Amino acid sequence: MLTKRIVPCLDIKNGRTVKGVNFVDLRDAGDPVVLAKQYAELGADELVFLDIAATLENRRTMHDMVLKVAEQVNIPFTVGGGISSVEDVDDLLHCGADKVSINSSAVKRPELINELSDKFGSQCVVVAIDAKEVNGEWLVHLAGGTIPTELNLFEWAKEVEQRGAGEILFTSMNHDGTKAGFANEALAKLSSLVNIPIIASGGAGTMQHFVDTFKQGKADAALAASVFHFGEIPIIELKKELRKNNIEVRL
Amino acid sequence: MKITIVNYGAGNIKSIQFAFQRLGFEAVLTNSPEEIIKSDKVIFPGVGEASTAMIKLKQSGLDELIPTLKQPVLGICLGMQLMCNHTEEGNTPGLGIFDVNVKRFSNKVKVPQMGWNTISNLKSDLFKGIKEKEYMYLVHSYYAEQCDESIATSDYDLEYASALENDNFFGVQFHPEKSSKAGEQILKNFIEL
Repeated sequence: MLTKRIVPCLDIKNGRTVKGVNFVDLRDAGDPVVLAKQYAELGADELVFLDIAATLENRRTMHDMVLKVAEQVNIPFTVGGGISSVEDVDDLLHCGADKVSINSSAVKRPELINELSDKFGSQCVVVAIDAKEVNGEWLVHLAGGTIPTELNLFEWAKEVEQRGAGEILFTSMNHDGTKAGFANEALAKLSSLVNIPIIASGGAGTMQHFVDTFKQGKADAALAASVFHFGEIPIIELKKELRKNNIEVRL
Repeated sequence: MKITIVNYGAGNIKSIQFAFQRLGFEAVLTNSPEEIIKSDKVIFPGVGEASTAMIKLKQSGLDELIPTLKQPVLGICLGMQLMCNHTEEGNTPGLGIFDVNVKRFSNKVKVPQMGWNTISNLKSDLFKGIKEKEYMYLVHSYYAEQCDESIATSDYDLEYASALENDNFFGVQFHPEKSSKAGEQILKNFIEL
């Protein structure tokens, strides 16, 4: 049976991880390659690297990092942040990224999703959606959740599926950083509306939150950052707990 | 040991090259028939859409070369599917190396299947040292039907062939280069065939 995936997310700036990572005795906790290898050994199913300072100057640093990760890490990984053209994606895939994640650029120009899935296949196109529930309506936000749009989360999700996205990474701005659990109601609704995998993001605080997002939220994968980086939730322990709750995981 | 990875412009082949590098082997990317014929082991990768990949394969004449190869050949993902008789994706005729058709998963399940699934009913030297129900990483919307040439099966929507073997030809639907240590063991086994 296909297992549920646990996905640590690393924020990258100038080729280094930011926010600090503090979970093991690492030589250099700021080196994304060292961390990625460590996560692969600790049982992560997949990794996401988010370039949070996606400027032109940073592009080359990011490419170097992707190349090194691909060289040394034996599990799949996604790269996101500042990707806005077919050429950007071509470069990243050539450096060895398995998937790319696009966000604001897809909202600004939805045809980009078609172009990417036609050229590279939908399996490598992840559309990240940041949304916030405002007066009972889930609205898509841009630029790391700072700029609201008129776009409804569920309508947008259906559109990105039709345009050829292979996966949706949904972050609830209401839950992100709260450590109070994932947006399971919205996640479950997404899962019933589209037929591509959904990665839940935002709100992970306890192991029970992961159980809930797989059971109630019907998520296919769950992404988190700080609970993994600071060793609050060891991935192996989390997977044992999930299995105890009859959720299929790779152990 | 000369390992070549068929480079016909379909997909992320760097990962495969790196995986061999981690095992201590250099694998060369090439679309030159002479190079491919001379090599000890051939990897036939592929990601993306089947009919487009087949057009690219034909442009380089590799569609005629590959079925005539005598050394061990390993098709990965779309590479494996193109080695079958026919795929529903783009209604594309395949190379006919494996006597089986490739179909699309039904909408009862999420498509593509993306993530780690188990492989069972293992029967090939390719899986030496690999335990039943080992986890492999897969990303695909189409699958090869269960058949006589199946050397591994997986369950998603239905039971399908996740690996195939016919003489010197092998095919795996999963990505050994992305399947952690067990995946690397399979690549090592392939080198040692």
